[in-house]
Amino acid sequence: MDRRTTIKWVLAVAAATPGMHGAAYALEAVSGVADTSSVQGYGTDPDLLRVYKAGELWPLTFTASQKHTVKVLCDLIIPADASSPSASEVGVVDFLDEWISAPYETQRQDRATLLEGLAWLDSEAAARYGAGKSFVTLSNKQRTAICDDICFAPKAKQDFVTAANFFARYRDLTAGGFYTTPQGRKDVRYVGNVPLPRFDGPPPEVLKKVGLA
Amino acid sequence: MPFIDPTGVNGETYDIIVVGSGAGGGQTAYTLTMDGARVLMLEAGRKYEPALETPMFQTPDLAPLREIDTPGKPFGFYDATVDGGWQVPGEPYTQTNSDTAGRFDWWRARMLGGRTNHWGRISLRNGPYDFEPHGRDGLGFDWPISYEEMAPYYDKVEMLIGVYGANDGLENTPSSPPGCLLPPPKPLVSDLLIADRSRKLGIPVIAGHRAVVTQPLDWKNIPAKLHPGNPTAQQLAADAMRSRATCLWATPCGRGCSIGANYQSVTVHLPPALASGKLDILTDAMVREVTLDKAGRATGVNFIDKKSGRERHANARVVVLAASACESARILLNSKSAAFPDGLANSSGKVGKYLMDTVGSSVVGQVPLLESLPPHNEDGAAGLHMYTPWWLYQEQHAGKLGFARGYHIEFGGGRRMPDLDTGAELEWLTGGSYGRQFKKDVRRYYGSFVHFSGRGEMIPNERSYCEIDPVVKDKWGIPVLRFHWEWSEHETRQAAHMQKTFGQIIEAMGGRVREGVETDGAKAIHTGGSIIHEVGGAIMGHDAKNSVTNRWCQTWDVANLFITDGAPFPSNADKNPTLTIMANAWRVSDHILERMRRKEI
Repeated sequence: MDRRTTIKWVLAVAAATPGMHGAAYALEAVSGVADTSSVQGYGTDPDLLRVYKAGELWPLTFTASQKHTVKVLCDLIIPADASSPSASEVGVVDFLDEWISAPYETQRQDRATLLEGLAWLDSEAAARYGAGKSFVTLSNKQRTAICDDICFAPKAKQDFVTAANFFARYRDLTAGGFYTTPQGRKDVRYVGNVPLPRFDGPPPEVLKKVGLA
Repeated sequence: MPFIDPTGVNGETYDIIVVGSGAGGGQTAYTLTMDGARVLMLEAGRKYEPALETPMFQTPDLAPLREIDTPGKPFGFYDATVDGGWQVPGEPYTQTNSDTAGRFDWWRARMLGGRTNHWGRISLRNGPYDFEPHGRDGLGFDWPISYEEMAPYYDKVEMLIGVYGANDGLENTPSSPPGCLLPPPKPLVSDLLIADRSRKLGIPVIAGHRAVVTQPLDWKNIPAKLHPGNPTAQQLAADAMRSRATCLWATPCGRGCSIGANYQSVTVHLPPALASGKLDILTDAMVREVTLDKAGRATGVNFIDKKSGRERHANARVVVLAASACESARILLNSKSAAFPDGLANSSGKVGKYLMDTVGSSVVGQVPLLESLPPHNEDGAAGLHMYTPWWLYQEQHAGKLGFARGYHIEFGGGRRMPDLDTGAELEWLTGGSYGRQFKKDVRRYYGSFVHFSGRGEMIPNERSYCEIDPVVKDKWGIPVLRFHWEWSEHETRQAAHMQKTFGQIIEAMGGRVREGVETDGAKAIHTGGSIIHEVGGAIMGHDAKNSVTNRWCQTWDVANLFITDGAPFPSNADKNPTLTIMANAWRVSDHILERMRRKEI
C-alpha cells in the first residue's frame, strides 16, 4: 500500500468512525517528505475579523532554495503583463508556503506533491542540461522546454505523468493564490464586493452581447 | 431577563422550555413570548452576535488558506457556522455503512441560531400536493394537516422574516397573498440566458424566493396582521422590523449579515422575544433528557452545562424540542425510564425512523456566450435570483418518468468574487496553457460558468433511520446516534434525470458540460445528509400506532411535550424545509398557547 492509498483508506475509516480522524495524522511520520503532525489548525471557532498572514498560524516550510524555485515556477505560470504583476510579486510564494505547511489532510497531500515536484524539476534540469544544473539556473528557454512536457496531463508522455499532475496542481494553487489578491481581482475585472443602494442587473450592452436585448 | 448563567435556572419554573435556537426554536420562542409566556431557551452551542462577528466584505486573501474549507470550517473560513459541521469535536456519531451510497452525514451547528446563520435563505412553500403525497401515489405518508391549514402561517412567517419572490401561479407552487412577499432582485445575465433556453425546452424559470430584505419591511401594517389584538407584540415586532437594514447587494449571505438584511434566528426571532422580557436564553447547555413526574408528564430537562461539565435540571410546564430532527430524536431515545424503556414518546417504536434528506445532484457547464462580457457587478443578493420549480407533473402522472415525486432546480453563474477555484482546472478548455496565454484564458473564461443543482424529494423508507449506538458516548457521556441509510430507486433515478436535464439546458445554451453528465443515478446522487435538509425521525400522523406526534406535533405519549423542528415532517418535499419548519412552529406554538390558556397542559 503506498502512502496515498493508505491515507485514503485511513480517511475512509475515519469518516466511518467519527473520532478517529487523528489517526490519519500519524502517517506523516513514515512519509519522509513531510511532518506537520504536531501542528494544530485554527480549530472550529477562529476570529473571522482579523487579518491573517502566512506563518502566523503554523510554521512555514520552504528553504531559501525551494523558495527560489517556487518563485521561478510561479512566474512562468503567471508572469507580469500589461494587466497585472506576476504571481510572486503579489505574495503567491508565501501563500504556497502557508498552504503546504497547513495541518489539514488536503494540504498534507499537496505538501508531498509540491515538494516532490520541486525536487523533480531540479533532477530533470540536471538530467537534461548537465550535472550541477538546477531548475533556477536554466535559461528561460530551457525551463519552458521542461514545462511544455508537463503542462497538460492528459497528453503527457508516460514518463512525465507524475510531473504533469504536479504541474496541474501547482498551476491551480498559483492561480488561486493570484486571483484572490486585489491585483488578481482587478486583472479579471471583478467589480463587486461594494455596497450598492440598489441592484440594477446587467447593463444593456451585456444583454445585447448575448442576444437577449 | 436575557442571557442567563446556569445558576439562573435553579428553582425557576418556566411556562415553556424550548430546546434549540434555530428556525424551529427561534420561531417557537418568538410566538410564545409575544403572547406573554415565560420561556427558557437552551442552546448547546455558544452565544453568537452577528453584529459584532460577521466578516462582511472580507476578501479571501485576508483569511488563512484563501478562505478554503477545512475540517474546522467545512463551508470555508468566512462561513457563519462556528463549532459546527459534519463532524463536531468530542461529539461523534456512528454509521452502519461507510460508503457514500449508504451513509448519512449529520450536520450540526453548535451555536446560537443554529443552521439559520449560514443557510441559503431559500424559502419555498410546500404546495397542496406536498401535504398528501401518499394520497397521490401511494408512497410514504400524508401529513395530518392540509396546505389550507398551513397557509396562514406561511403568510405570517413571510411577512415577519422578509422573503423576496413573485407569484407565478404554477402547479403546486403556491402564490402568497398580497403584502407577503418583497420584490425579487433583477436577474443576472446568466439567469436570463438559462431562462430563455430552458423555456424553449419547456422548462419554466421563475423568481427565486429567499429570506433577504430587498425593501424596508412594512412595519406600520404588518405587525397588526401578525399579532391581532396584541398591541404589545405589535410594538415589539414593529421595533424589530425597523432595526433591520435592507440588502446592500454585496457579501455572501452564508457569512451571516451584520445589518440584519437576511433572516437569521439571532437577528430576527430572538431580538423581539428578548425585548419582551419573557425570554431567558442559556447557551452552552447540552440537553441530555426530558424528565417526567410520576403521572408521566414532562417536568423539564436535564442538561450538561458545558462550561463546568456539570449536569443540571430546568423546570417547566411544557417542553418543546427544536434541537434539529436527529438531535430531538436522540433526546427522546435517551430519555429512558421504567415507564419508557425504549425512550420517551416511543410507544410506536417510530422515534428515529423515517429519516430523510433531500436528493441532490449537480452539473457545471461552460458557456461561450458568457465569455469576455463587459465588466459589471453581479454580486446581487448572493444567491438564487431565479429558479425552476418542479414542472413534470403530467409526464409523471402518465408514468413516463420511472420515479415518484419531483425536484426543483437551483442554478447560478456570474462574475463572482474570485476565489481559490478561479483559474483552477481549466485544462479541458485551455489545453494546459501557462504564462501569458494562461492569463488571457482566465480572463476569457472567468464568469462563463453556470452550475445547476437539483433538489428533490426523498420518500421515507424503513432502512433510513437513527438509533442510539449501544457503545459510543460523546464527551459529555451522552449516548450518541447510529445512522442507517439507503436510497431507493425513486431517488437515484431522479438524480439521473437531473443530470440529463441539466446537460440538455447547458447544451441548449451552446455550452459544454464539465466532466460530462452522470447517467448512473447511484453515482450522481450526493451522500445522505450532505444537503442538510434533515427531517423526520418523530413524524406526525393521525394514528398513535405509527407516528410519534399528533397533528399538533404533540407527542402521543406525553401531553405536555411538543416538537417544532423538522422531526415531525412525514415527507420531505423538494421545497427546502426551513420555511415550513417556521410556519409549522408558529402553528404549533399558537396551539400550545391556546391549550395553556384552557389549562389543559
